[in-house]
Amino acid sequence: MAVSNSTEESSWTLRLRQGIDRHLPMDHLLPDRQPYYVGSWVYVFGVVTIAALVWVIVSGVVLSFMGPQWWHDSGVGRFFNSLHFWSVQLFFIFMVLHLWGQYFMAGWRHGRAATWMIGVVIFGISILTAFTGYLSQQNFDAQFIAINAKDAMNGAGIGAFFNVLNFGQMYGLHVMLLPIGITILVVAHIVMVRTRGVVKPIDAEGGARS
Amino acid sequence: MDSPATYFHWGFVLISFPNLVVIGGMIALFAIALITPFPHSKGGDDGSKQ
Repeated sequence: MAVSNSTEESSWTLRLRQGIDRHLPMDHLLPDRQPYYVGSWVYVFGVVTIAALVWVIVSGVVLSFMGPQWWHDSGVGRFFNSLHFWSVQLFFIFMVLHLWGQYFMAGWRHGRAATWMIGVVIFGISILTAFTGYLSQQNFDAQFIAINAKDAMNGAGIGAFFNVLNFGQMYGLHVMLLPIGITILVVAHIVMVRTRGVVKPIDAEGGARS
Repeated sequence: MDSPATYFHWGFVLISFPNLVVIGGMIALFAIALITPFPHSKGGDDGSKQ
């Protein structure tokens, strides 16, 4: 159905759709071919990080549904607790390997600075999420960490807003706000990579280091 | 599991054995990823796509 120019200008859905078509066509979003230089195991680190994040979220959802009694006292609960813990270890290990790879190939080149910076922010929020996770274990380790960390938080001047002795605040941050933040930023990170494609190796540009 | 880890102390560097193993493993994995051939890596295009 034809629409007038004024209708087109005022229709935010039309402008959004056209913007998505322009900046993120489907062959960029779900490509079936990659440049030759993507044929390296270094590019797998980011994918493994995402896979680990999926396991972190799945196991975390199960843990939050069943509760601390279950994850401490039952065999299946302890299994999911371990699944959550070890997938977090893999998440951090492969995120750092991905960071090393992108650092040495200068992954921020050619308009990819925002992609790099979002990755840095994801790293920072992930550390905060892991910290609140240690505080949410409901065991003596969590109490020990909270009692010792409170002095650092107070020394930094944020103890009034970020009270590590407040289990409800730490647990709420850990299972709700911080994971939502990480998920949104990871989706943005992936979409930005898909939009611009993988950065070319420095050698493929004739040694240019722009 | 309940006993403290062994720590290494070189100058200002203080690190536990388990952390040293993890970091060493990560560096080894990174090096392996750089030198190990990727399957079907010859079949890619000229880089103009994507």
